[in-house]
Amino acid sequence: MILLLLILIPLITGAMSFAVKGEGAKALALISSILTLAVSAYVSAANFSAPITYNHEWIPVLGTQFSLLADGMSSMLCLLTGIVVMVVMIAGVNKSVENPGAFYGFLLLSQAGLMGVFLASDALVFYMFWELALIPVYFLCSTWGGEKRIAVTFKFFIYTFVGSLMMLAGLIYLSTQSQGMSSYSWSDIVRAGSSLPPQTQQWVFWLMFIAFAIKMPIFPFHTWQPDTYEQSPTPVTIILSALMVKMGLYAVLRWLLPVVPAGVAYWSDTVVVLSVIGIVYASCIAIVQTDMKRLIAYSSIAHMGLMSAVAFSHSSVGMHGIMVQMFNHGITITGMWLMVSMVENRWGTRDMTKLGGMASVAPNMAIALVIISLASIALPLTNGFIGEFMLFNGLFSGTESNHVTVMVVAGLGVILGAVYTLNMIQKTAYGATAKMLITKDISVNEFVGVAIIIILIIFLGVYPKPLLDLTSGIAAMIVK
Amino acid sequence: MGNFSQLVYLVPLFPLIGFLINGLLWKRMPKNLGGIIGTLAILCSFAVSLGIFFEVKDPAFHGPVIVHLFDFIQSGKLIIPFAFQVDALSALFLLIITGVGFLIHVYSTSYMHHDEGMVKYFAYLNLFVFSMLLLVLGANYLIMFIGWEGVGLCSYLLIGFWFKNRDYTNAAKKAFVMNRIGDLGFLVGMLLILLTFGTLSYQDFFGQLHGSQTIVPTSTYNWIALCLFIGATGKSAQIPLYTWLPDAMAGPTPVSALIHAATMVTAGIYMIARSGALYSLAPMILHVVAIIGLATAILAATIAIKQYDIKKVLAYSTVSQLGFMFLALGVGAYTTAVFHVMTHAFFKALLFLGSGSVIHAMGGEQDIRKMGGLGKYMRITQATFLIGCLAISGIPGFSGFFSKDAILTDAFAHDPILYYLGIGAAMMTAFYMFRLYFLTFNGSFRGTEDQRHHLHESPYAMTIPLMILAVLSIVGGYVGIPEVLGGHNLFNTYLSNVVTNFGEHHLSESTEWILMTVSVVAAVIMIVVAYVVNKKPDFAENKGFAKLLENKWYVDEIYDAIIIRPMEGLSNLLDKFAEKKGIDGVVNGVGKTVRWGGDRLRLLQSGQVGFYIFIMVLGIVVLFTLSFFWIR
Repeated sequence: MILLLLILIPLITGAMSFAVKGEGAKALALISSILTLAVSAYVSAANFSAPITYNHEWIPVLGTQFSLLADGMSSMLCLLTGIVVMVVMIAGVNKSVENPGAFYGFLLLSQAGLMGVFLASDALVFYMFWELALIPVYFLCSTWGGEKRIAVTFKFFIYTFVGSLMMLAGLIYLSTQSQGMSSYSWSDIVRAGSSLPPQTQQWVFWLMFIAFAIKMPIFPFHTWQPDTYEQSPTPVTIILSALMVKMGLYAVLRWLLPVVPAGVAYWSDTVVVLSVIGIVYASCIAIVQTDMKRLIAYSSIAHMGLMSAVAFSHSSVGMHGIMVQMFNHGITITGMWLMVSMVENRWGTRDMTKLGGMASVAPNMAIALVIISLASIALPLTNGFIGEFMLFNGLFSGTESNHVTVMVVAGLGVILGAVYTLNMIQKTAYGATAKMLITKDISVNEFVGVAIIIILIIFLGVYPKPLLDLTSGIAAMIVK
Repeated sequence: MGNFSQLVYLVPLFPLIGFLINGLLWKRMPKNLGGIIGTLAILCSFAVSLGIFFEVKDPAFHGPVIVHLFDFIQSGKLIIPFAFQVDALSALFLLIITGVGFLIHVYSTSYMHHDEGMVKYFAYLNLFVFSMLLLVLGANYLIMFIGWEGVGLCSYLLIGFWFKNRDYTNAAKKAFVMNRIGDLGFLVGMLLILLTFGTLSYQDFFGQLHGSQTIVPTSTYNWIALCLFIGATGKSAQIPLYTWLPDAMAGPTPVSALIHAATMVTAGIYMIARSGALYSLAPMILHVVAIIGLATAILAATIAIKQYDIKKVLAYSTVSQLGFMFLALGVGAYTTAVFHVMTHAFFKALLFLGSGSVIHAMGGEQDIRKMGGLGKYMRITQATFLIGCLAISGIPGFSGFFSKDAILTDAFAHDPILYYLGIGAAMMTAFYMFRLYFLTFNGSFRGTEDQRHHLHESPYAMTIPLMILAVLSIVGGYVGIPEVLGGHNLFNTYLSNVVTNFGEHHLSESTEWILMTVSVVAAVIMIVVAYVVNKKPDFAENKGFAKLLENKWYVDEIYDAIIIRPMEGLSNLLDKFAEKKGIDGVVNGVGKTVRWGGDRLRLLQSGQVGFYIFIMVLGIVVLFTLSFFWIR
């Protein structure tokens, strides 16, 4: 029942929000997000003893039940969703948007969808929430986005829609393959998929994988991402990059690896190579970006590339590392976008050639930017390091051929990451002060949002045990 | 003896607290108070370190003490604790770091007094000491790595301390990125250890090394040793990753003394000495270490001969001296390398702080062509600087003599060629150091009239550390008197429980006497040459070979041409063509097709209700017909 709350709170407040006129929507959204976070924290804490489940009759004719399950991985991602959405709402307090009722309504609906995706243990429920999470984003992007929003949303839509359809086809096919009546429950889908002949698994793999690969995104399915991040309003960019990309990775771990193991075994080398190419490719492109948002977008592709490579490396430490890194990447990149939106607010541009001098005029902002950037390049004693170390460990001890080469090429990302991230710090924080619209250091609500992020960065970097404990069982389970 | 080793966590804790106080309250903190807090924190650490040192030195001290704080990373069978290890090696480094660190903090309270960022400066400096202490205290490679990257960060922050200057922030960035290249080597080496031996803890790892030599192939040892050494070349500025260190002189001078001379850059030597048991199993890599070390020692020394910036000369001298230390490591004389780390920490910190005193008096001027005759105005600085020069040149009686002589002797025992080349580098060292000394303190003043009026001796907060370091630069060597001089090498005995040298050779007493005499005579000759050449200095434009040296063999330009520019070119190519024209082109093509299809399909949606109803009825009929036949 408690799991249902995680979905219902944002769903109901989201629907209510459309009716609220003016600034009240912000307050409603903030309260809703705090409530959801409290529930997800409770779920995570309770999870240390045993997974929580919820079942309800839904459409028996189709063989689908409304069933939810929160194990370590799901509750970790729900907790992340709770934290990130709350930080978004806090940072939004002093920002004005047109038609706030609808804006925050869509954001909350999307949050409800995300929670559903991370909790669903029935394939049709999963698919339904997958779409529920995405559709509000189309509206948010196309209504509140930048100049090129229509074209960009169209591209985003095509990409994700094609993926969704293929995934739906795959899930329907799998449900028909189960013994006896058709069933969409996770365990039946796993049983049906893994007992398919290897040749069949090999093509079913692609039906599902394309959808997830687009979402993560894995090279070369990624080109929607920099454009969409660039054109979306910052709260939406945060939802997309901190949470929605995790949908893709989560789906790989939950709905792909165990479902078609023979297909995964057959294609994993290919995916690892694509992912590792993506790391170097995206890092190189990040180096020559001048727009802060595009730079961070490409850096995110590189980071996700490492995670997806490890996901197909069959290592339990690596899998554990993915869990940790999903959380940490979400926290860190949220902080990154908060900084970008502050920069845009003060200087009126994200173009790094027109920025500079933050350390002189807004030293608190500069300190926050440096700390968050260091987490992004995985400096030890920040949260980024724990995950990255475990990921490299996983990649290194992985089963795919040439794992040493793969690890070293992926390791180039460590060096290139330092190059573009320090470039960004140098161009925005150091040097002479560029012309500003408003000369103001960090404001109170911005401070609260950034402080939450920085405390998490340092705490989880020094003492990652809570996060490791929460996800330890599930990692061992996926890699049997 | 007291039980100080259990309190070892206090040693890094004090600087951490100092960092937090100054770092969080930097806006409200008065400048002087910030300096006092930062300095006191290091003094407290030094006091605890002294207690630990005397406990460890005691013959009753048995084996390393492991202080376990908490489990850092745990995943399945993989457990990496956050733990410290107290033994002779780490205790020695604690003393160097906190001792020299304290003196440099005291010096900084005066040197940085006029800087508006003084509180921030002390926060960074304390953070650095904290990281450096983690590096040497860790009981496993991961904790060492935390400190390793931490000191890199502090180095970055302090090189770019005056962040408004783009050249300085470029230098900071270069240092960080070059270190990161090395760090990747370290990371891979660490993972190889973990994969092969299932542990990162020194005790378990070295324990297994003694037991399992037959199971693990030599090539694995070679790979691990090589990867770790790549890490060391980054941090300790060896070929090919040395070019960041001279640029790092952009930071405040006390930072150059502490980070870029006395402590951080010796981390690579610490790492290899710590892993001595591993390197002794990989003799092939030891050869590589020796060759790289010697080559760096020579290359950097040639460049130092033609530099005009007082700090650049010292920077290349540091690179060169680090090369000597790697030479010692490479011939298996790990304790000798650590011995030179210690004496070098004293005399190089002294030289850098002395140069800071000179720069202070010259109002920020660093070009030795504009100095000269400063001895008249600043007696203490001159005298202490001279002691530093004598020590680094290896003149008997000064600390550098003992450690450098030990390195050269060990090199000779290993292979005489290493010795001859080493003597060459040592001769150049004596020459460029005394060239620096004579150009700065002798002759007549060559600066402006304004600068001449400004010349003065520095305040006591700066000269007292100089004097203490000068004393240490003399007496610091007497703990390692070679047996041939009738001494007993206390230093080797002290470290012998932790570090076992590889393949020790014994030379006859007469050979040792000859080697010693040769190196001393060579150094004295070069000092005389330096005096004669620089009596009437001539700063005409350099030509030919001298110009090549002045421009540092154009290594920076070569790196720029073969690495940085191709990298940028590739990035641009990927961005403009592969990404925008290639992948995105295909996607947009698909998008256009879909749109075209959509436009055609849209014609069906004419908005005429009658048409819709017609289609609906048609659909129902079709469905009905189908289901009719289906049921049948």
